[in-house]
Amino acid sequence: MSSPMTPGITAGRLPADTLAENFEDLHAPYAPHEAAVAADRCYFCYDAPCVTACPTDIDIPLFIRQISTGTPEAAAKTIFDQNILGGMCARVCPTEDLCEQACVRELAEGKPVEIGRLQRHATDTLMARQNHPYERAPATGKKVAIVGAGPAGLACAHRLAMYGHDVTIYDAEEKAGGLNEFGIAAYKTTDNFAAREVDWLLGIGGITIKTGMRLGDNLSLDDLTGCFPAVFLSIGLGGVNALRSEGEDKDGVRDAVEFIAALRQASDLASIPVGRDVVVIGGGMTAVDAAVQSKLLGAQNVTIAYRRGREAMSASEFEQDLAASKGVRLMFNVQPKAIHGDSTVNEIELEYTSDDGDGLKGTGETIRLPASQVFKAIGQALETESNLKLEGRKIAVTGAGRTSRDGVWAGGDCASGGDDLTVTAVAEGRDAAEDIHAALSA
Amino acid sequence: MADLTTDFLGIKSPNPFWLASAPPTDKEYNVRRAFEAGWGGVVWKTLGAEGPPVVNVNGPRYGAIYGADRRLLGLNNIELITDRPLETNLEEIARVKADYPDRAMIVSIMVPCEEEAWKAILPRVAETGADGIELNFGCPHGMSERGMGSAVGQVPEYIEMVTRWCKQYYDKPVIVKLTPNITDVRKPATAAKNGGADAVSLINTINSITSVNLDTMSPEPSIDGKGSHGGYCGPAVKPIAMSMVSEIARNPDTHGLPISGIGGITTWRDAAEFISLGCGNVQVCTAAMTYGFKIVQEMCSGLSQWMDEKGYTSVEEVVGRAVPNVTDWQYLNLNYIAKAHINQDDCIKCGRCYAACEDTSHQAIAMSDDRTFSVIDEECVACNLCVDVCPVEDCITMVEMEPGQIDPRTGKVVEKEYANWTTHPNNPGAVAAE
Repeated sequence: MSSPMTPGITAGRLPADTLAENFEDLHAPYAPHEAAVAADRCYFCYDAPCVTACPTDIDIPLFIRQISTGTPEAAAKTIFDQNILGGMCARVCPTEDLCEQACVRELAEGKPVEIGRLQRHATDTLMARQNHPYERAPATGKKVAIVGAGPAGLACAHRLAMYGHDVTIYDAEEKAGGLNEFGIAAYKTTDNFAAREVDWLLGIGGITIKTGMRLGDNLSLDDLTGCFPAVFLSIGLGGVNALRSEGEDKDGVRDAVEFIAALRQASDLASIPVGRDVVVIGGGMTAVDAAVQSKLLGAQNVTIAYRRGREAMSASEFEQDLAASKGVRLMFNVQPKAIHGDSTVNEIELEYTSDDGDGLKGTGETIRLPASQVFKAIGQALETESNLKLEGRKIAVTGAGRTSRDGVWAGGDCASGGDDLTVTAVAEGRDAAEDIHAALSA
Repeated sequence: MADLTTDFLGIKSPNPFWLASAPPTDKEYNVRRAFEAGWGGVVWKTLGAEGPPVVNVNGPRYGAIYGADRRLLGLNNIELITDRPLETNLEEIARVKADYPDRAMIVSIMVPCEEEAWKAILPRVAETGADGIELNFGCPHGMSERGMGSAVGQVPEYIEMVTRWCKQYYDKPVIVKLTPNITDVRKPATAAKNGGADAVSLINTINSITSVNLDTMSPEPSIDGKGSHGGYCGPAVKPIAMSMVSEIARNPDTHGLPISGIGGITTWRDAAEFISLGCGNVQVCTAAMTYGFKIVQEMCSGLSQWMDEKGYTSVEEVVGRAVPNVTDWQYLNLNYIAKAHINQDDCIKCGRCYAACEDTSHQAIAMSDDRTFSVIDEECVACNLCVDVCPVEDCITMVEMEPGQIDPRTGKVVEKEYANWTTHPNNPGAVAAE
């Protein structure tokens, strides 16, 4: 039996019951009374700021009023009308940066209405009660291909299916869901929710999912555009940025997304190996998810090393506090300089940084931390043979996801604009579907 | 600390807070707890005539109306008068009064409208040593079907007659409790006064159905699928009660008649308002039934603090202070002009003032792209709706315009002189100002 003190990288550092407890729902679902009390706090604002802050424009005051009047099912319909993945968004949205930040009670009292948890209460209630709340329009016979079964692709597919179009989704993995299934911390989506949500969404009918199909591998855009009058690309960012530090190739240095995916797919958390001293390089949600889960798996010391200051961190304040509360150490203004060890990492050397106005620079001063495992979480990159016009390192889109190529739309993380959030991906998928529908109906 | 001692009809109590005749005052056990908690007096739950006591339903007696956070705003009940034997109640009243001589002990009575019935019970009550009686002419449910309670209170002649009997057969103060289920409360109050009543107390509860069960289609509280109207009380009835109290206080026929105020009193502030409208003391029920007897501590400390701040040294000094300011609409000053003002520092940008004004009023609030809400003086009629719907107290206020300023809405100069409808040129019945 291993323990947090066991050197190196090993599985089973904590007993099964501790692991189960550690990976419970981050926010337990509301009991009906809690939901009633929380819903009562909503002021039903005019042209509410929370709605403006929501990338999918959910009518939040309306759905909260529907909860408070005893009709959480109607509330869920209000949510799903705008955001068919409202269940997942209720769990993973950084609400503290979106709707809840805009809530007037945040301004008034520093305590916003708990919109995310109320949304979960509504969506869970409806999803538990009936198979699928929407009916498909009569079949149009029009076919659309979607590449990538993540949030953008699923949202797009559902909206198109509702209009009666036939949708085929191709996905490189063996399982649909994209980052919802592979890229989010386990404690944010317990009980196999991502997979259950996909099954529920497919209840609309008219959507076929083909897995193991990767663009540029066994699938080509030219073939797709030849067969389908409309193609929606929601392929995410498949590549992982490199550290470009000496020793990056040593054993024990790994992509954080891979670790998170393995953890999500594990049937037994005790089977996931984790280091005694874990260092995560990065400052986003992925870094926090990897760090916190390392700690929850039993790593003795976990450090997030971020090259800029706290204020520049893209992980929200809530995420930072979550990490700190789980015992993760947050280091700022440090960047990896070298990874030391023989064939396997045992130490990481970080260089302090400063920014005097003309870019981030190393100061020359370094610090070494013991490290049996290093996770890279410094961002993902677009990985495709695409002959589409790019903007920066993403597929350039205009309007509702139109790419440089006729008949090809794109949305989600692979497309320009947006915040690389589940909720923005849903909005982009939905809006592209509307545009595709308009184009197909023309 | 201001002295809260009150002398109501010669009955002294350490504070003006009495528990009204109701479930909380049905038994020695409860009343002792109330006195230990600090209540100044109680009106014992209504006694009926000698003989087999009334029976109550064996299902729900109360229905409710809620505000946000499930705060009880209104309660109704279908409970009858005491369902315990008369003798038991009388013994308990005597014991408790003997142990708490400094507290007011009033006995509520409801017997049939027959002189013999009153003549029989009054000496029994007198023997308890209680300080006075209250005639229950108010209960709107159950007993009224038997010709008692509000059935008496709705007929001024009966009120006068029964009051007269009571004054004849009982030598301590007689308080007549009035029902609000009438058209003009001045009539029963006048009748009580003519009958010799020492005081009136009001209001009793209001005919009400609080809700309908949409599964069973039965009114609540539901007894085996049927419901009956109950008596409504609690914070929701306070405005109705205060209006009725003020009418009695300002009516020349009843002005000066002592009043014990009842109706939704929940805090010291509610009590102070009733007292300012002419009540010599107040009676409380629903607040105690909602939160327990301890609330009297806040009532005493709050009233005392406010009196200290205002320089009042006795409750007596506050009684009726607001009465001269209760007037008829026709005498309101039409030259008084105000405009709403939104304090931007306090505004939380919810926009409820905008929705209310834009959708349902005068389109007098502007909303900017950055959600700054401001009053359009050219449109504002100072209706106060924005103030009433704003979640932040004092964020929106009504600011009086100074004489000589021009009202941007009408383009007219604000006049200094008082002028009301009776002299207004639009009034066909206007009389020339003298």
